[in-house]
Amino acid sequence: MVKVVDAPEGFEGQGFFATSLDTVIGMARANSLWPLPFATSCCGIEFMATMGANYDLARFGSERMSFSPRQADLLIVAGTISKKLGPVLKQVYDQMAEPKWVLSVGACASSGGIFDTYSVLQGIDHVIPVDVYVPGCPPRPEQIIEGVLKIQHLAKNESLRRRDSDEYRKMLETYNIETT
Amino acid sequence: MSTSSFLDKTIEGLNSKGFILEYTTDKYNEHNIVIDAKNALEVVQYLNAELGYNFLVDLTGSHYPDKENQEYQVVFHIQNLIENTRLRFKSNLSKNLMEFPSLTPVFSAANWMERETFDFFGIQFIGHPDLRRILNVDDMDYHPMRKEYALEDETRRDKNDTFFGR
Amino acid sequence: MSELEVNKKYNVQVSTETIDGEIATLNLGPTHPATHGIFQNVLKVDGERILHAEQTVGYIHRAFEKLAERRPYNQITPITDRLNYCSSPINNLGWHMTVEKLIGAEMPKRVDYMRVIVMELSRIADHLVCNSVIGVDTGALTGFTYMFQEREKIYDLFEEICGARLTTNVGRIGGFDRDFSPEFYSKLKTFLKEFPKNFDEFGSLLERNRIFMDRTIGAGPISAERALNYSFAGPNLRAAGVDYDVRVMKPYSSYQDFDFNIPVGTEGDTYDRFMVRQQEIRESLKIIHQALDNMPSGDYYADIPSFYLPPKEEVYRSMEALIYHFKIVMGETPIPVGEVYHSVEGGNGELGYYLVSDGGRNPYRLHFRRPCFIYYQAYPEMIKGSLLSDAILTMSSMNVIAGELDA
Repeated sequence: MVKVVDAPEGFEGQGFFATSLDTVIGMARANSLWPLPFATSCCGIEFMATMGANYDLARFGSERMSFSPRQADLLIVAGTISKKLGPVLKQVYDQMAEPKWVLSVGACASSGGIFDTYSVLQGIDHVIPVDVYVPGCPPRPEQIIEGVLKIQHLAKNESLRRRDSDEYRKMLETYNIETT
Repeated sequence: MSTSSFLDKTIEGLNSKGFILEYTTDKYNEHNIVIDAKNALEVVQYLNAELGYNFLVDLTGSHYPDKENQEYQVVFHIQNLIENTRLRFKSNLSKNLMEFPSLTPVFSAANWMERETFDFFGIQFIGHPDLRRILNVDDMDYHPMRKEYALEDETRRDKNDTFFGR
Repeated sequence: MSELEVNKKYNVQVSTETIDGEIATLNLGPTHPATHGIFQNVLKVDGERILHAEQTVGYIHRAFEKLAERRPYNQITPITDRLNYCSSPINNLGWHMTVEKLIGAEMPKRVDYMRVIVMELSRIADHLVCNSVIGVDTGALTGFTYMFQEREKIYDLFEEICGARLTTNVGRIGGFDRDFSPEFYSKLKTFLKEFPKNFDEFGSLLERNRIFMDRTIGAGPISAERALNYSFAGPNLRAAGVDYDVRVMKPYSSYQDFDFNIPVGTEGDTYDRFMVRQQEIRESLKIIHQALDNMPSGDYYADIPSFYLPPKEEVYRSMEALIYHFKIVMGETPIPVGEVYHSVEGGNGELGYYLVSDGGRNPYRLHFRRPCFIYYQAYPEMIKGSLLSDAILTMSSMNVIAGELDA
């Protein structure tokens, strides 16, 4: 059964349909997110389960895993990020094209979790901006799906000008991420 | 040959070479042998070649800051798979001379175990082909498993000590 | 040219000629989709053929050993969960057994049998991930989707035992926190009835599949001597032909009561590793059947009140229970001074715990013998002279788990 998303609000007449560009693009973006799984540890296994047949992330238009950051919209960081890996993560984020979203899956990625140690980065938000945090150690697949749905909500309702705004640029500068 | 008589043979052999400083069997039926660090490679070579100890189970270190001149310890387990006999060897190192012969000529597996021990404790393995840090970042300037270093990240900003009981 | 000599027995169709000076450096990792984890390999390749590999690990080093020195014994179990997270219960129960060995506690038979069931279930779960991922790397995604459904059923069983799916924190020092529920038994029986059929279906997809065999036979081989020299353990060592299994050599948790075979391979290549895991899953099922049929009656915990939490109702009613409860929760239980090494057969081989206690509330030193960490160093030797695509297969068939590798 093919399920089609509802059309955005607009004005409909015979042979035409008028709506704002924002909503159309938002709808398209939200329902075809290409995730880049940056799965490092335990949460990665739960992410695999999310991709598996029982939970099936593909139902939400995200079945196309993009292992190249250049073609991904959504960076899913699942698992512990150590200080050794921090620069790698930042580079991956840098390489992604705008618009991009970040989903931090699990306690380790969100805050360092139980690993308050010398080698673990205490939350990936020290390195890159995060849009949605998913708690849990590891979160259940349902929670990961909920996180993806929240990202979809963000993508749907985002203003087309947000990524060009000064506010956004300043935010990236606090992370020492170059903007063009 | 039963396991206990094989064990006796091992201990006898090691004793005849003068390798054993101290030998105890503890209440867990584990055999602890203290050896001199500078003999370690010969001990392992002898055990491997003559007595068929062919499996290096584990190699690690410990830090005992209160024991004078024996601050560091290298511990390794070695096993004969055919006789099913496992021995635990220890040798104490002074903090002034933290050198231990590398076991890599006999066991390739010792390579990373020694690198890990070096990374954690700073014990120098003489004759190791590539003694670098393995788990931590290369520019780390201390050996984190030593007792004097804190577990927690020193640079953290977000956690308030009053809430975390530290 | 000598470096290019192929160590593959069945190799065909690939030219071994090289053009001088045409050696490329290829960075595989740290986040490469084919590496299933975070490891970096810098490869020197001549065309498709690998001349040299340089490994970097430690990308998710989380300082387990340092962390364990700051935690009371009971609180170390959640850390062990995160070692080999494909089979957490084995790690948990191995840790419990280590502490029980240190304090000299005897377990009732029932606890042993319950542990055996849990450990064998997690061994199946562990091997299922590895084998289905080998399938994915050879281009057969179907097996993966099939087997992850079966894994979900094992997760359901774990949920029934302890409430968690992946990082289970199952059991306690001195037994289990609760008995297996009747639902668990009925779910387990359904699982045991349905799983072999579905698993055989998966097996029939790959085991005698001509394409799969051509692809995996001869890929990443290692001889028994070299494997022993590298201290391989578990399925990888057995695939090379050495029948070393901790369950038999140093039986723990009443494994001596069970009748099972140790599958061994001959070549130590990817196909052998795959087949050894396949057979081990079948042996594990046999063990679970035996444990279930001969499940002894009795308590699901040992009589060690100073380590095992009393029931909550008792804590409210009796003085003694309250004191024990307080002491255990605060980590004030007296622990004997001593050192033990205990090992269990984990998903990847001998998982050892070297524990030194100075009588304090935390271990003085705890070292994990992590099988992945030890055998992964043989990887450059195994892939030298082979094709790049075989290197990927070799890595997935070795089942390198980043959490266990980097501790």
